[in-house]
Amino acid sequence: MNRSLTREQTTTIVQGILCLVLFIVLLQVWLLSATTHAWLGGDDSVLWPAAAASAACALVNFALLRCLNRLAV
Amino acid sequence: MADIDQAAWRQDFPIDWPQDHYVARRDFTRFLVLASLPFALVQLGIGIVNWFRRNRGRPPAKAIAPLAEIPIGGVLSFTYPDAHDPCLLLRLDDKTLRAFSQKCTHLGCAVTPNADKSCLYCPCHKGYFAVENGRPLAGPPRRPLPRITLENRDGVVYAIAVEVNAS
Repeated sequence: MNRSLTREQTTTIVQGILCLVLFIVLLQVWLLSATTHAWLGGDDSVLWPAAAASAACALVNFALLRCLNRLAV
Repeated sequence: MADIDQAAWRQDFPIDWPQDHYVARRDFTRFLVLASLPFALVQLGIGIVNWFRRNRGRPPAKAIAPLAEIPIGGVLSFTYPDAHDPCLLLRLDDKTLRAFSQKCTHLGCAVTPNADKSCLYCPCHKGYFAVENGRPLAGPPRRPLPRITLENRDGVVYAIAVEVNAS
């Protein structure tokens, strides 16, 4: 897939993936915190949308991990 | 850097730092992706727990005390719906009764009526709640106290439901 990429280019891609994954994980942390707060306050309307959003974030992260694993070390 | 500047042990055990950083970034990314999965699972778990709680139905009514035995301005402690859920019943005037969970919505300390019974007070972090509706008035709590729905059945006060209000 990326035999033509130089080491520096691959490093840049890895850094980009790392930034994206980090951002998504932080989003999940915020989502969990906000959901827990709402739930403990008696508002359960956000639970399933938040769970779906968090699952989507996890799927995106796994897709990014797949891209990462395809890059040659 | 020339080899001559390096310590002898560095020359014997050279470390390829670019390679080391390169692998560390990848491993850190993998770790983050693995951490992402538990977050999603916990979110799903909260939804499932909430679903079970909703389908558990209302707790059975529980007699607290005969109305005549509760003095005006008096406070009575009881447990509802389980023996581990302490609550407070307050008789504000002749006809007004209020009951709330005694667990502070901040960190779960026991709230008590203050001296003039104008509000409920949490001594742990100085949280105050209104006795009329359990709304937080001051201090760290942001959510109201769960309110116990009361019913007067033939002169006896019953707890019949728990209302967890959104703030």
